[in-house]
Amino acid sequence: MHRTWAIVERELRRFRRSPMLIVMSMIFPLLQLVVLGYAFGGNVKHLRLAIVDQDHGVPAVKIRELAGAVSAGARTLDLLEYSDPGEALTDLRNGLINGVLEIPPDFSRRTLTDQQPRVALISDNTDNFVSATLAATVSSLVGAFNTPVTVQRVTPVASLDVVEVYPYVPYIQYLLPGSITMSIFMMVMIGGGIIFIDDKARGLHEGYLVTPITKLELVAGFNISGTIKAVLAGAVITVIGSVIAGVPNPLDPMRLLRMLLVISLTSFALISLMFLLMVRVTDPLLPRATFGVLNTVLYFPSGAVYPQAGFPNWMQAIAVVDPFTYAVHAFKNLLLKNTGFEAISYDLLFLLLFSTVAMTAATALFKRTL
Amino acid sequence: MADAIEVRDIVKKFGDFTAVDHISFTVKAGEIVGLLGPNGAGKSTLIRMMVTLLPPTSGTVLVNGFDVVRQSDDVRRSIGVIPQSMTSDLELSVEENLLIFAKLYGVPRDKRTRLIKELLEAVELTQWADKPVKNLSGGMRRRVEIARGLVHEPRIFFLDEPTTGLDPVSRTAVWTMLQRIKSQRDLTVLITTHYMDEADKLCDRIAIVDHGKLVALDTPRALKASIPGREADTVTLDDVFVHYAGHDLRDALQAPSAADSPFVMRR
Repeated sequence: MHRTWAIVERELRRFRRSPMLIVMSMIFPLLQLVVLGYAFGGNVKHLRLAIVDQDHGVPAVKIRELAGAVSAGARTLDLLEYSDPGEALTDLRNGLINGVLEIPPDFSRRTLTDQQPRVALISDNTDNFVSATLAATVSSLVGAFNTPVTVQRVTPVASLDVVEVYPYVPYIQYLLPGSITMSIFMMVMIGGGIIFIDDKARGLHEGYLVTPITKLELVAGFNISGTIKAVLAGAVITVIGSVIAGVPNPLDPMRLLRMLLVISLTSFALISLMFLLMVRVTDPLLPRATFGVLNTVLYFPSGAVYPQAGFPNWMQAIAVVDPFTYAVHAFKNLLLKNTGFEAISYDLLFLLLFSTVAMTAATALFKRTL
Repeated sequence: MADAIEVRDIVKKFGDFTAVDHISFTVKAGEIVGLLGPNGAGKSTLIRMMVTLLPPTSGTVLVNGFDVVRQSDDVRRSIGVIPQSMTSDLELSVEENLLIFAKLYGVPRDKRTRLIKELLEAVELTQWADKPVKNLSGGMRRRVEIARGLVHEPRIFFLDEPTTGLDPVSRTAVWTMLQRIKSQRDLTVLITTHYMDEADKLCDRIAIVDHGKLVALDTPRALKASIPGREADTVTLDDVFVHYAGHDLRDALQAPSAADSPFVMRR
């Protein structure tokens, strides 16, 4: 038995001398508790609703006032006034807004003549949480319109038509963009970060450092090779995942081409981030220990599993600087809406800027000597 | 002969600890100089400063006439380095390892194939060229690294304990190979080792470093002759080592486990 205790003693002594392992093993579950606890089921707020009032009559104004009250009170809606329904629909398809509330030209006349007035909610149903919240909010808004607080000559009986822009999006398709981003991240961590630190610990980098290679050449070499590996992972998961999730027309060449660009930029952004985090690390345990933490901090706030509109402010702040956010947004646009570059141009720009900043910082921090 | 390496009053400190303490010496072109000393004496730190891996705290090192701090890339282009740890890529083949480093050193495409072929012959690994390095023995891996360090035709070759951990046969093979390559390529070699017998046979001059200081530097014969009260013919380099770095031996003998001591004499 004393031999068993010798093993126990050795393991515990080693554990005690690995503070990073201890810290990470404590931090990780706490972080998961907080991030996951707030990542799911929060009240979705600040949905961008375009109001296209083609009527401008008193009842239409009443509808807008009710929407304004929801915006000011529960803050479920952020209202935007549009005069052109075509422009509103274009912005809806490009993901700039979440829905369009269209008040038709004859709304007031129909209300006052009791001829079944109707308003239409056109919603982006690629996010079921968002579209369901939007439909419920606008529905209650129309309900309030139909329940006047004072006795009126004509009691309005307006009805709401909900129009979904896209075919039904099952949750597996909703998760696919996050899974593609995750596959890229895993390859970045395993094929980039862990190998990088392992090679460093084995002394392989000494071999590089005695050659006339510059810091930039070395960091760029690591980044480009890591990007290529991650692109392969992302491309394979895109095709296989699209087939499994039942994405319509999964091999559309134009979409695949756009996807490849987003996968490449996402890979480059994540490998640059990883090198920035690992550039001064020498302990092979660290990238393994931080893997789970990074995964939680980057994946869940990105909107991959639940809309960011339901997050508390601190998580939305993380989401703003999280490259996962922009990758997931771009992948959702391409896979679920089959949009063009216009809808994802901001995502591409962010990922490019993020990569440039992270790689520049990693190069500056890279030590050319031991 | 011109100086291939010129070390002037070099110091390296890590916090309060002085690893290399005001060392000066020169190495003539074409010489093989052995750097001896107990573990922790500062040999590797010294060699790492000469190959640009560590910046000196003070002092100057000129390698091939280039300053290691201000002209580090020129130094790197003109030297070959075999670090203490095995740094070959185990998953790549022998030839791939050489090819990658030829590219890192910017060896022109038309020269690469010829140079790699010549080096594989020189280290007797031609028939292993396409085999992964992980399938090779320790001695063969060291030979891969020697070939790798020479792939850009350097004029000075630094080897940090290249035979440590090798069996006697592999050790002899590595040294024989080094001697042959050195004579064929007109190399200057600076080598650190713990094996006194090898240093005795192969080095033109030997420098002994202890506690960061250079305590002796001369030909093996002159070093032996410097031991007082003994006939030069009866003195071995082990005796020289004990004479100059003897207090470490005494410390080692008082250590809890003599088996772990770095100062056990190997004959």
